[in-house]
Amino acid sequence: MTPPQRQRRLPAQDPSGRPPVERAPVPGNPTGNPERLFVIGGEAGGERADIDLVTLIVARTEPPASATPEQAALLRLCVAPLSVAELSAYLSLPFSVVTVLLTEMLAAELVQARAPIVRQKVADRSLLEAVMHGLQRL
Amino acid sequence: MDFKDSDTIPGPRTEDRLPHTAEAAVKIVIAGGFGVGKTTMVGSVSEIKPLTTEETMTQAGIGVDDNYGSPSKTATTVAMDFGRISITDQLVLYLFGTPGQERFWFLWNGLFEGALGAVVLVDTRRLEVSFDVMGRLEERGVPFVVAVNSFPDAPRYPLSELRTALDLAEEIPIMECDVRRRASSRDVLMTLMRFLHSLAMTGALT
Ligand SMILES: Nc1nc2c(ncn2[C@@H]2O[C@H](COP(=O)(O)OP(=O)(O)O)[C@@H](O)[C@H]2O)c(=O)[nH]1
Ligand SMILES: [Mg+2]
Repeated sequence: MTPPQRQRRLPAQDPSGRPPVERAPVPGNPTGNPERLFVIGGEAGGERADIDLVTLIVARTEPPASATPEQAALLRLCVAPLSVAELSAYLSLPFSVVTVLLTEMLAAELVQARAPIVRQKVADRSLLEAVMHGLQRL
Repeated sequence: MDFKDSDTIPGPRTEDRLPHTAEAAVKIVIAGGFGVGKTTMVGSVSEIKPLTTEETMTQAGIGVDDNYGSPSKTATTVAMDFGRISITDQLVLYLFGTPGQERFWFLWNGLFEGALGAVVLVDTRRLEVSFDVMGRLEERGVPFVVAVNSFPDAPRYPLSELRTALDLAEEIPIMECDVRRRASSRDVLMTLMRFLHSLAMTGALT
């Protein structure tokens, strides 16, 4: 038996460096009329802090009397550093909703955000080595 | 969720709290078709019980009804499992298993952007379900390795034959694994890290 055959793709040559626009096929629409998909709240206005799934959030204060119930719950969760993904999981709120909540709380200086280390064109070798050492201990 | 009872929201167990010294996190994505073993792999290496994060996405047909804010959009909730490995007191690694519906993977803001790299899990019974994600990772310059999760009733091919079938660039590692075993999943992650390291040495990482 022979396995099915794939064909390799080349890196997209987009000078802006932005990833290609995603177009998902519409089920039952063989003409390929594109379907727009987007995250709720992600389209219209509103400044949004640059928050990743693995940005670590730490509370700067006890919940103040003025805090909303959502803010108070979030502040109690991140007395120790916690990723936005974990906050989303424990609060049972979508990632984008937590992002909106955190944008306000960062502006109000209720929480601190610790940015993730992201993939770089020239990778930080000492970072990769640290991860390898950590995995070896698993 | 009833936020009036916010005192009762179960947070991380005390032993699952990160130290205050944790200053940054990195992430790796585990991708592959439905049932290839992504959730199993996340669970086998995670130090916390795997958690689930959700995103709400809407879809609207262009040309059918393109009015802004039109009510014809339908919301879809997409869920993704993830786990965590503390690397040092300062550094934390998160592993994300891609959600079930493939067309949402690259629309989830920040999932692949910034990831150190990806593991593409394949099942030789349905090799072709992983073709599209591999192509998209290539287009975006997200480095990945391929791990063949060996199910007992799956056809077995020599790795060289799979490499040819997957049209893998010669430097991309491909290996067999059993994601139910922590040591095997760890070996896959180590292979990815060594690959990323070799790319860093040659300056080829995009
Ligand atoms: N025999 C065998 N079963 C596996 C292996 N990995 C996963 N499974 C089983 O396959 C099923 C699907 O795995 P899951 O991790 O949920 O796949 P996902 O859809 O990619 O997240 C589960 O019932 C697993 O227990 C494996 O390496 N060998
Ligand atoms: Mg799963």
